[in-house]
Amino acid sequence: MATLEEKGQAVPTERLKEFLREMLLIRRFEENVEERFRAGELPGFLHVAIGQEAVAVGVCRALEEGDVIASTHRAHGHTIANGTHPNEVMAELYGKVEGCSHGYGGSMHLYDVERGNLGANAVVGGGLPGIVGAALAFKLRSEPRVAVAFFGDGATNIGTFHESLNLAQLWSVPAVFVCEHNRYAESTPSKQHLPIEDMTKRAEAFGMASLAVDGQDVEAVYETARKALRHARDGKGPVFVVADCVRLSGHYVGDPQVYRPKEEILELRKSRDPIELLRARLEISDEEFEAMDAEATRISEDSVEFAKKGTDPKPEDALKNVYA
Amino acid sequence: MPELTYREAIRDAMSEAMRRDEDVFVMGEDIAEMGGSMGVTQGMLDEFGPDRVRNTPISEMAIVGAGIGAAVAGMRPIVEIMYQDFMTLSMEQLVQQAAKHRYMSGGQIKVPLTLRTQGGAGWSPGAQHAQQLEAWFVHVPGIKVVFASTPADARGLLWSSIYDDNPVVFFEHRTLYNLKGDVPDEIDGIEIGKARVHREGEDVTVVATGRLVHEALKAAEEAESDGISVEVVDPRTLLPLDEEAIVGSVRKTTRCVVAHEAVVRMGFGAEIAAIVQHGAFDYLDAPVERVGATFTPVPFAPVMEQYVIPHAEDVLAAIRRTVGKD
Repeated sequence: MATLEEKGQAVPTERLKEFLREMLLIRRFEENVEERFRAGELPGFLHVAIGQEAVAVGVCRALEEGDVIASTHRAHGHTIANGTHPNEVMAELYGKVEGCSHGYGGSMHLYDVERGNLGANAVVGGGLPGIVGAALAFKLRSEPRVAVAFFGDGATNIGTFHESLNLAQLWSVPAVFVCEHNRYAESTPSKQHLPIEDMTKRAEAFGMASLAVDGQDVEAVYETARKALRHARDGKGPVFVVADCVRLSGHYVGDPQVYRPKEEILELRKSRDPIELLRARLEISDEEFEAMDAEATRISEDSVEFAKKGTDPKPEDALKNVYA
Repeated sequence: MPELTYREAIRDAMSEAMRRDEDVFVMGEDIAEMGGSMGVTQGMLDEFGPDRVRNTPISEMAIVGAGIGAAVAGMRPIVEIMYQDFMTLSMEQLVQQAAKHRYMSGGQIKVPLTLRTQGGAGWSPGAQHAQQLEAWFVHVPGIKVVFASTPADARGLLWSSIYDDNPVVFFEHRTLYNLKGDVPDEIDGIEIGKARVHREGEDVTVVATGRLVHEALKAAEEAESDGISVEVVDPRTLLPLDEEAIVGSVRKTTRCVVAHEAVVRMGFGAEIAAIVQHGAFDYLDAPVERVGATFTPVPFAPVMEQYVIPHAEDVLAAIRRTVGKD
């Protein structure tokens, strides 16, 4: 099995503060999403990734110009962390023309191709084969780019996961597979859907390099993602990253979470909230934190205002974009 | 005009595209050294090397999905799925991803992917290697579906498929690979969405696809000797469909038979019948007849298989019914 070059150095405090701002923004944005959904303003249904912000920010901040991502049904955080403005994401959730998918996608199909977001996928595991193909294109054209797939532990049980990792390793394409191991596949706990504890064994089966990281520690995620991306970019093959993380929310907005003890969520909120963990580590004053929080809240509120003022598509716009 | 087999014509389109364009490559199971299970890619490994003629694991989901991803990232991949029966394994990637990326992204993405596959009964491959599943694909907005029946059409339509900016499913028929036919000196695309009239006639229009085009032409010869003049129209591309050509022909002949190898029930022919009754209602002198396989899996034993799939005599019988000479 391939080994990864170990070459980490501490992330500067200012950079970590940026990560904190970004995580706060995603958190406030998603809280706003929950609120607007409950108020009946958002069509369809939604999944938030409250608690998993460190994975989105840590991985996306490690990406370089030209890299691409594929996201999941829990896509708001990945999309914002990858550089799409919250206004465009919120406008999409409201089904507006100004949305990042122009109202054709919705929460589970956020795209921003210009910024390398090849799309969020509502089919569990559905985005993985495409990431292998994008990485193959980069390799065939000798471009120093990496393709990154996000997915959850639930996706490691589906055929596309196994076929994709097998093919990626076989062809040694520059891909990074980021498993957000939040221990729930929708409502089903991992002990009911995973036959193994150590998720890196999934990669072992394909001879693929793997890294496990505490997904609540944004600095660790960032460093791990950098290592994985460097490995892939240097032509050493794909990497499987397991980010052990926690979902502090339900599967969907409004999920009563009957499958999960209430104490578990309360305990995780106290001990494993990635924002609180970084805040404590950086020893930020209450004043500074509140200023950051106010800024995040403002951007989030603004995105709702922006979205509400957005343009509704014409009904017959539904007939466009079926074919190129 | 050079003469090529259907197999050679398909290979010619792929090879020429690969000579002209670095973005075009092929991948699939057993396509490299072996040249594909039907021999279509034979010799291409020697000319283009293993990076561009890629043998894959038996992983239909990943092969199709990787084709989609490479297409999204700017390549023009040609993916071969050995049998269309195995396309069932890759349906999620095709239907949920390839067909919808452009739409769900609000027009940000294009997926210039060509999925070549083949199938067809008549040689006892058994129920899992003989189906004609085109009706599954024409029901999906966002993909195009091509089904060529001659070497010239195969080459020209494959060329257009490769250079189309949408995912195209390109059906080949197993029993046509050795069929010879003239092709133009220079490769040129044939417009996707234009039917070919193989034979003009006055009394009955037969709309046929794939192998049934040739069965329809045989039936038309027979009918001719019986004083029935038959027009044979091959849509060539099932999605988009040249409705104008079909409706126009039926308005002229006033009768219509639809013939395909797939099962009749809920088949592609049902859509043709609906289009014809709507577009030529006042012209019709007989109900639209449909010819196709019985509603069974394709059996193994040759006598049963031949019973299940349609032949020229079935087309002829349908033609006769439309003119009241049955």
